[in-house]
Amino acid sequence: MVSSMKLRLLSLYPDQMNIYADRGNILFLQHRCEWRGIEFEVTRCGPGERFDPAEHDLLYMGGGQDRDQKAVARDLVETKRDSVARAKADGAALLAVCGGYQLLGESYELEGETIEGLGLVDLKTVREPGPRLIGPVAIEVDLDGSPKILAGFENHGGRTRLGNGTTPLGRVVHGHGNNGQDGFEGVREDNLIGTYLHGPLLPKNAWLADHLIATGLEHHHGERPELEPLDDGLEEAAHQAALTAARNG
Amino acid sequence: MIRAKAALARSVGRISRATGRGGGTTLPGRMLLKLDSNAIDKLGAGLTEGSTLISATNGKTTTASMLATILAGADRHPVHNRAGSNMTWGVATALLEQKGDEGLFEVDEAWLPETASRLHPRTILLGNLFRDQLDRYGETEALADAWAKMASELAGQTSFVLNADDPLVADIGNSSGPGTVYFGIEDESQALPELQHAHDAKLCRVCGHELTYDRAFVGHLGHYWCESCGMRRPTPDVLASNIVLHGMSGLEATVDSPEGPSRLKLPLPGLYNLYNALGAIATARELGVPVADAVESLASMKAVFGRVERIQVGDVSLSILLIKNPAGANEVIRTLALEPAPIDLWIALNDRIADGRDVSWIWDADFEMLAERVGRITCTGTRASEMALRLKYAGWPTDRTTVIDDPEAALDSAVQAAEGQLFALPTYTALLDLRNLLADRGDTERYWEG
Repeated sequence: MVSSMKLRLLSLYPDQMNIYADRGNILFLQHRCEWRGIEFEVTRCGPGERFDPAEHDLLYMGGGQDRDQKAVARDLVETKRDSVARAKADGAALLAVCGGYQLLGESYELEGETIEGLGLVDLKTVREPGPRLIGPVAIEVDLDGSPKILAGFENHGGRTRLGNGTTPLGRVVHGHGNNGQDGFEGVREDNLIGTYLHGPLLPKNAWLADHLIATGLEHHHGERPELEPLDDGLEEAAHQAALTAARNG
Repeated sequence: MIRAKAALARSVGRISRATGRGGGTTLPGRMLLKLDSNAIDKLGAGLTEGSTLISATNGKTTTASMLATILAGADRHPVHNRAGSNMTWGVATALLEQKGDEGLFEVDEAWLPETASRLHPRTILLGNLFRDQLDRYGETEALADAWAKMASELAGQTSFVLNADDPLVADIGNSSGPGTVYFGIEDESQALPELQHAHDAKLCRVCGHELTYDRAFVGHLGHYWCESCGMRRPTPDVLASNIVLHGMSGLEATVDSPEGPSRLKLPLPGLYNLYNALGAIATARELGVPVADAVESLASMKAVFGRVERIQVGDVSLSILLIKNPAGANEVIRTLALEPAPIDLWIALNDRIADGRDVSWIWDADFEMLAERVGRITCTGTRASEMALRLKYAGWPTDRTTVIDDPEAALDSAVQAAEGQLFALPTYTALLDLRNLLADRGDTERYWEG
C-alpha cells in the first residue's frame, strides 16, 4: 500500500458537458477520496485547451445540450484526440457519460448531420425513427468476476451500435440501454467506460466510484490499493431507491 | 353543442369535490377536452377582452397571482387558473367554471405554443428559462426555439412582455416584432459574486459565440452581451433599482418606467420575486393599469399555495417553499441563508411524473451554502435517501439528518424536533401531498378551495 496517495482527475469540458448535474460525480469522487486521506486534484480542460495524459489518472466527460455537444465534438477531435487515446492506452480510467459516451465512437448523428467522434472505440450513434429513450434504468455489470447492478436514469435520442467484438458495459435489466433493441448498455475497453446512465450516476452506485478511484490510483502509483471501507448506509439506500424506480418503470 | 358538453364536465367537477376525491382543478377540463378537443378555442372566444398567458420555468404561479392582485385592484376579475394547474386541461377547467370577459392563464412551458394558438392571446409574458425536468421538457434551447416560432406566428396580433435579463427569453424579441416590452433589474449592488455553475445560457442565440456577462442576479439572469456579433441585452422599459432585501419578509425597490418612478414594497422575498413583480407590472401596463397603481396593489400581495406560504402547525410556524429545479432551489437556499441559524428543515423529494422522474437535478443545486446553518433535517418522499445523500456530500451534518419515507410521519417528527420555526422544501407532488395532509388535519384549507 502506498502511504500517501493522490488521484488526479481531468474534467473534460465542465462548462459545456454538465447538463444533468454531472458535477455530482466529481463531488462524490472527491469526498470519497478525502475521507480516506487520498489527495484529490481536479484539472478542468475546456475548448481549445490541451492536456498531458501522463498527468491525469481519471478522465471524466459528461453530457451536453445538442449545440454545445456539436462544438465540443469538433474541439475534441482537433485538440485532444491523441491525448485521450494515450491516456486510455496507458491504463488511465475514463468515464464518459451520455453525450460524452456518444463522442467516444466513430461518429454520431445530429439533425441529419454525421459528426465525427474521437474514434476511440468501435461504436457509432445513429438516429432511428421512434421516441427518445427516457426513463429509470438498471443494468448488470461484471468488471471483475462479481456481477453488480448499476442503477440510474437515461435520456437519449441517439441509438448506439457497438462494432463486432466490442464489449458492452452491461446487460439491460430494466430500461432501454444503447438502442432499446439488443439488450446491451454502454461500452468498456481497457479502463474506459461509456454509458447512457447520465448525470450523477456515481452517487447511486458507490461501488463504481470506488472501482474508478482504485483504477486511477493504480495508474498513478503502479499498484492497485485496497480502499478503506466507508459508512455507506445512505449510499446503499439511494442505490436501492434508484433500482426500485427502474424496476417500477 | 359546446354548452351541453361543458355542463356535463362541470358537474363532474362538482361531484369530484363533493365526494372529497380531489382533482377538482383538472378533472372537468380533462373530461371536456375528451368530449371536444377544440373546447379551449370555443370557450376562449367568449373572453371578449382577450387573454394574457404567462410562462416561465420558475415563478409562473406567483407572477400570475401578482397580476391577478393588480387587476383586482382595478376591479377586474379575470378567468384565472389560480390553483396552478397549467396544462391545457387546467386552462379548460378555469374556462368552464369561471365567468369573466378577460382571461389570465399561467401555462406550462411545453404547452404554451399550443395553448397560444388556440386562445390568440392579447398579451404573453415570458419570465425565464432554466434547466428543468429534462426528461419531460427537453433542453432549454429547444424550448426557446419553440417559443420563438410561436412568437413569429403571433407577431402583430399578440404583444409580448419579455425578461430582458434572460438571454434565452429576450431573444424571442427578434421574432415577436415591434411593440415588444422588456423588464429587468438595474441594481449592480445585487449582483451575484460569480456566475453559478448550473448555468443555462452560455452561448449567444444569434451567432453561437460564448456570451460575456458583466453581472448576474439570479442564475443566468443578468447583464450580458456578445463580443462576436454585438448582440446586447435589450434596454428594459420597466426596470428596478435601489433594491433593499428584507430576508424572508420581503423587499423594496424603485420601479422606473416611461410613467416615472414608484417605490415598490413587496411582501415576498428574493430577487426572483422581484423579477416576477416586474413582469406582472409591465404586463399590467400593457393591459391599461398605471404602474403606480400596480405597485400599490402589490404591497398587499399574499403568498400563493406553496410559495413562501406560512402555516401554523401546533407550536411551530411552518414555511413552505417549493423546490423543483436547480435555479429555483438555489434562490430558496439564498433566501433561507438570510434566516437566523439553526434552520430546521423538512425536505421531500419525489420522482413522480409531475416532479420529473429524474432526480439528477438535486446535485446541481447549491445546498453547500447552508451547510453551516442547518439544524435538524428530515428527508422524506419517494427518493428521500438520495436527498439525504446529496446533503451528506454538501457537508450537512449526517448525525442531525433523519430519513423517514412516509411524509406524514416525517412531518410529525420534524415538527416535534423544530424550535419554533420549520421550513418545508417539497417538490411539486410532495407539495400537493403536504397540503392535503395539512388540510386533513385541519391546519389549512384544501388548495382548490383557495
